[in-house]
Amino acid sequence: MLKIIRYSFFDLIRSSWSYVYLLFYLALGFVLLFLNNDISKSVITLMNIIIVLTPLIATVFGIMYYYDSREFIELLLAQPIKRTNIFLGQYLGITISLSMSLIIGLGIPFTFYGLLNSAAIWNFSMLLITGVFLNFIFVALAYNIALYNNNKIKGFSYVILLWLFMAVIYDGIFLISLFIFKDYPLDNFSLAATMFNPIDLSRILILLKLDISALMGYTGAIFKDFFGTMQGVIISLLTLGIWIIIPALNIYRKATKKDF
Amino acid sequence: MITIEKLHKKFGSLEVLKGIDLQIKSGGVFAILGPNGSGKTTLIKSMLGMVIPNSGDIWIQGENIKKQWRYRHQVSYLPQIAHFPKNLKVAELLKMIKNLKNKPCDETSLVATFNLAPFLNKNLGDLSGGTKQKVNAVLTFMVDNPIIIMDEPTSGLDPVSVLELKKIILAERAKGKTIIISSHILSFIEEISDEIVFLLDGNIYFKGSVSKLKENTNKSNFEEAIASILTTSYA
Repeated sequence: MLKIIRYSFFDLIRSSWSYVYLLFYLALGFVLLFLNNDISKSVITLMNIIIVLTPLIATVFGIMYYYDSREFIELLLAQPIKRTNIFLGQYLGITISLSMSLIIGLGIPFTFYGLLNSAAIWNFSMLLITGVFLNFIFVALAYNIALYNNNKIKGFSYVILLWLFMAVIYDGIFLISLFIFKDYPLDNFSLAATMFNPIDLSRILILLKLDISALMGYTGAIFKDFFGTMQGVIISLLTLGIWIIIPALNIYRKATKKDF
Repeated sequence: MITIEKLHKKFGSLEVLKGIDLQIKSGGVFAILGPNGSGKTTLIKSMLGMVIPNSGDIWIQGENIKKQWRYRHQVSYLPQIAHFPKNLKVAELLKMIKNLKNKPCDETSLVATFNLAPFLNKNLGDLSGGTKQKVNAVLTFMVDNPIIIMDEPTSGLDPVSVLELKKIILAERAKGKTIIISSHILSFIEEISDEIVFLLDGNIYFKGSVSKLKENTNKSNFEEAIASILTTSYA
């Protein structure tokens, strides 16, 4: 499996898309720091961007890579390698290279601005960790969609819909239901609803770490009330972990059965 | 030695293989023929574990291949169309596949045979279809495996390369290897195959030598014999 991870990783870091992605983060980091002129403030602005954009790029990248390498997968399938290793290896190859772009692209500008001597270093690390989690989750989801859809157009539409749902529509439905059922106790409902959306979960995770109650909103406040900061962070990290494990297990399951 | 027993495969509602029983003995060229959609590629891919059959078993060198992968150390595969990662160079791909095969490989003479030396440092994405197929042929024949499976190996190749490919196949046959080949180019098959199997709608219609097929159909010419099977079965 290590061989496959290595090859897809090198294949990806040599594609121009990885550079575009890296340059984008570099530019974003520098511009934010230049405009805010303050690391802590930049971290907050960055959070809003990372939480929406990382999933989008991870899903689109994930599904593009799968469709692009489909024939190559066929070549690999004829080699003496275990089937599941091919898919899990590719999955890890993509996530690692995407996460590296994220970490290097944002790490360089922030280090230049004196991140290492600033109090915001833990907040910033939490931001990167969440970004990496989101990469793992959304590439896994994209791979699942790709494995079930041989039709590229269909796969792409589902992936975009998934992102749109998680990033925008979910919150809308959530808010509307909070409004409609406002006469009932909604604590447990909103706790559960947050768990079912990795993007919401990441937002709360970072806000808990940043400790900005004003930005938390209803769910964040409940989350903090219910779990407290430390426990809240651990619970949301664990839930994000489950969000990786379940789709990854399904990739494993589907990979043993799929025809090529 | 390859044994296939009661092999069934459905894609959705389409039944592609309807209970194939087949024995392929070791040594010699074994050709799989049949019209489009008769299940040739599915049969070949089942042997490689790329298509998972709905039921039935396949034994290769005495090992049931269900959920196995180590048997592929004995099998080389030349697919119909070659698609490689665009950002890899030819030399890197060769190195990678060698690394995956984990066996002694000899690609230098093959690279010379197919005139691939000028392309070794080119990106695979920049190569023409025919050149890719040559790279594919190098990948297939550089390992010394007892079983070689080829699906439409001549597609995209120029006549000179087809000639080279034929020479290589004959040389491998002389070494006593089992070569399984599917092709629509009948003259190519007639020239090199020891035994043929003719698939029709997911069933075996005929198995035997070319001369026996001519005898059965009362034709002196291989192409006419194949044509007569098709016209009588579809009439």
